[in-house]
Amino acid sequence: MTSLHANPLRDPQDRRLPRIAGPCGLVLFGVTGDLSRKKLMPAIYDLANRGLLPPGFSLVGFARRDWAHQDFTQIVHDAVKEYARTPFREEVWEQLNQGFRFVSGTFDDDTAFGRLRETVEELDESRGTSGNHAFYLSIPPSYFPDVVGQLKEHGLASPEGGNWRRVVIEKPFGHDLASARQLNAVVSEVFPPESVFRIDHYLGKETVQNILAFRFANAMFEPVWNSNYVDHVQITMAEDIGIGGRAGYYDGIGAARDVIQNHLLQLMALIAMEDPASFEARSLRLEKQKLLSAVTLPQRLDLHSARGQYAAGWQGGEKVIGYLDEADISNTSTTETYAALRLDIENRRWAGVPFYLRTGKRLGRRVTEVAVSFKRAPHLPFTSTATEELGQNALVMRIQPDEGVTLRFGAKVPGTAMELRDVNMDFAYGGAFVESSPEAYERLILDVLLGDPPLFPRHEEVELSWRILDPVVQYWAENGQPEPYASGSWGPDSATEMLARDGRTWRRP
Amino acid sequence: MRIDLTGTNASQVTSSLLQARRQAGSPSMGMVLTLVVVTDEAHHGEALRSAREVSTEHPARILGVIRGPARGKSRLDAEVTIGDGTSGETALLRLSGELTRHPVSVVTPLLLADSPVVVWWPNDAPDDPAGDPLGRLAQRRITDCANSRRRSTAMAGQAQHHTAGNTDLSWTRLTPWRALLAAGLDQHPVRVTSATVEAKTPNPSADLLAAWLGSRLEVPVETRRSGGPGITAARLHSSHGDISLDRPDGRLATFRIPGEADRPVALQRRSTAELLAEELRRLDNDDIYQQTVLAYARSQQPPAKGKRSTGTKTTGTKTTGKTTGKTTGKTTGKTTGKTTGTKTATKTRTGSTRRRRT
Ligand SMILES: NC(=O)c1ccc[n+]([C@@H]2O[C@H](COP(=O)([O-])OP(=O)(O)OC[C@H]3O[C@@H](n4cnc5c(N)ncnc54)[C@H](OP(=O)(O)O)[C@@H]3O)[C@@H](O)[C@H]2O)c1
Repeated sequence: MTSLHANPLRDPQDRRLPRIAGPCGLVLFGVTGDLSRKKLMPAIYDLANRGLLPPGFSLVGFARRDWAHQDFTQIVHDAVKEYARTPFREEVWEQLNQGFRFVSGTFDDDTAFGRLRETVEELDESRGTSGNHAFYLSIPPSYFPDVVGQLKEHGLASPEGGNWRRVVIEKPFGHDLASARQLNAVVSEVFPPESVFRIDHYLGKETVQNILAFRFANAMFEPVWNSNYVDHVQITMAEDIGIGGRAGYYDGIGAARDVIQNHLLQLMALIAMEDPASFEARSLRLEKQKLLSAVTLPQRLDLHSARGQYAAGWQGGEKVIGYLDEADISNTSTTETYAALRLDIENRRWAGVPFYLRTGKRLGRRVTEVAVSFKRAPHLPFTSTATEELGQNALVMRIQPDEGVTLRFGAKVPGTAMELRDVNMDFAYGGAFVESSPEAYERLILDVLLGDPPLFPRHEEVELSWRILDPVVQYWAENGQPEPYASGSWGPDSATEMLARDGRTWRRP
Repeated sequence: MRIDLTGTNASQVTSSLLQARRQAGSPSMGMVLTLVVVTDEAHHGEALRSAREVSTEHPARILGVIRGPARGKSRLDAEVTIGDGTSGETALLRLSGELTRHPVSVVTPLLLADSPVVVWWPNDAPDDPAGDPLGRLAQRRITDCANSRRRSTAMAGQAQHHTAGNTDLSWTRLTPWRALLAAGLDQHPVRVTSATVEAKTPNPSADLLAAWLGSRLEVPVETRRSGGPGITAARLHSSHGDISLDRPDGRLATFRIPGEADRPVALQRRSTAELLAEELRRLDNDDIYQQTVLAYARSQQPPAKGKRSTGTKTTGTKTTGKTTGKTTGKTTGKTTGKTTGTKTATKTRTGSTRRRRT
């Protein structure tokens, strides 16, 4: 190896050449888990299929099963076949298969981590992974300290001679400010901040990234993107399903911690932040942090927040049971499955514009969107009957499932003298095609391997969002049972009342 | 839904498109471009199928233009399709009689307002697409030399007339190869002294790969004939050994870098729809293709008059990239095509390329 000059085959103008990560491997803790089988392993396959993984990429599975190598391969194979987005191709499978390794053991098992180290070293040798490894902790957060400690103990966490070691962790990043700090202390003792990748899969979605393009690449929205024109903003993430088999994860956590703390506050930050100096990770993070530190809670949480718990009912044509009847849920559980909250932003752009955040399970349908509602025109030169059906102009960013943008405005009803009514103008993103809409996890895993952090929240952001949420969750904890709401509805009455108090209504998404 | 029109004109086609869209219930579909597919009776089925597939990623109005017999009465027949599993809309236009010489008059009124136009010749293409009347409507012109009846000479023709905004699917087919070779050199940054490309010839992709390696690395590149399918190997030689990519079966390749174990990589040949989708992702000029195709043109002898075969000489042909006049790095989509020492005349046009992304 003579020179370390720029690679002559690369050229910034050559936009076709994909970014392929350098030689590396991924160690996956919790391979048998739900996330790993449904999202991570399929995403790895899809990346390989799209030619984005480096030749020699290796995947080490770590689990407490007494498995032979074939058993592990079978698990990956089945997961990929069932859940991958792109078609199954034998040759892609073959390429991946040669890089599979399996290590069996528990998290407190020193010899297992010793074997893990040997495996990693063997891969560096035989597959040329060159000492670059990412450790994906797809396990319950309570085991993070064990695993991170073991990685350190066995010298797996420290890079040497220019290679890298990264750790990937999944939400929840704690369950309140104190636990988030504790978790961070554990991880940051072993890995420096730039090597810690916190996954918020929402940030990997194309439509979420498009919020930035939409806001900062266009001239016509920015002038009205402030309290002069915007009346309020509604951010909704509704799920139609219940908790499924995830009682252990969900009970005691609830909707606010599960969704508002990360996804909704991140969405809010992207919608409301000032324009970053550049799209570098640092600038983006700075603007998000500034925004999050300007967020204030309402004085009266009883009037401006709402929570609920789904009761039995009918959802989408199916009879479903209530939260308290779910398996492994105590019938006195106070965990909320619906949470709604008013937030304000104390800055020049947004003062006086409420942001309403809501999320829930077993709601009317599955939808995530951000709706920016504009103020009414200051003067309407029509009779009041003509404008009776005229609502507020709205701009809706549809995040999922029907990705796109809707503009809602008034138009004359054809055939009438002068009747006005709201109409929608829709922009839809293209459907799913070979490459068009990669799964969020593909993008995120690739970014981890490339070491490209813009889409990963840093610890500061996590802390800021817990600061916002802690008082709310605490207030709820002191105030008894959440209000039941019928499955398949749009949430409890208190949520409707919460907006009515401000003279507004929830949009039916 | 499908509407058939016989003995029609462009304005009736327009109103059928509108009618079909209204009936489909979604008057605004967010179409981002017009894709004109210039084809013939024998090939339009497959070409339009690929175009429709792409339309799910890049919602487009697809205009299939079939030039029928030039004799007889001037006549336009059209088939308008909307829905059927795609997010765009398609009009298949059959031209016959004198009208075959005036396809622009049919296509112009059917272009989507104020959005990019791409013309694609899935099979035979004019040597100078930018000079073609339909080609002139577009800022991107896509040819496919490998599917041309003049497979061995088509690329030479394209290279000679290259204009900013032209690309060829033989180039698109190379992206995975180029990506892996670049990755190889990332991982093992050696000084490459020469290179070899092996392919079943004639193969325009192999010619372009050789030209790309030659011009980027400034080393001699040898093209060798093999049994195929397609390109079977690419090797970068250095004093430390070879960085190589061998793909004997068109599916699974072996990637080698000196001092490390062989690694299998999937390198399957992609479908036309996938190639087209890659093509439509960027609509500004492909500068690297331009550099490559100009380097290729330089490596060719100036065509002797009356002789047809100026194409790739294989086995033992050295494409030297030493005299690369690299095009200047550009940031706009405008044409520069500034080359030094180019023997082959290269036309450049400005103004037809606009920067727009979908
Ligand atoms: N699933 C999702 O959609 C989702 C969404 C957001 C965040 N997350 C987060 O992602 C992570 C994984 O989630 P998940 O849903 O995949 O969880 P899961 O299905 O419960 O899987 C957890 C994994 O950890 C392993 N594990 C648990 N305790 C262990 C122990 N003591 N020793 C060794 N292995 C142990 C399990 O192995 P066994 O099979 O042997 O029990 C399993 O492979 C968690 O941090 C979760 O909070 C998940």
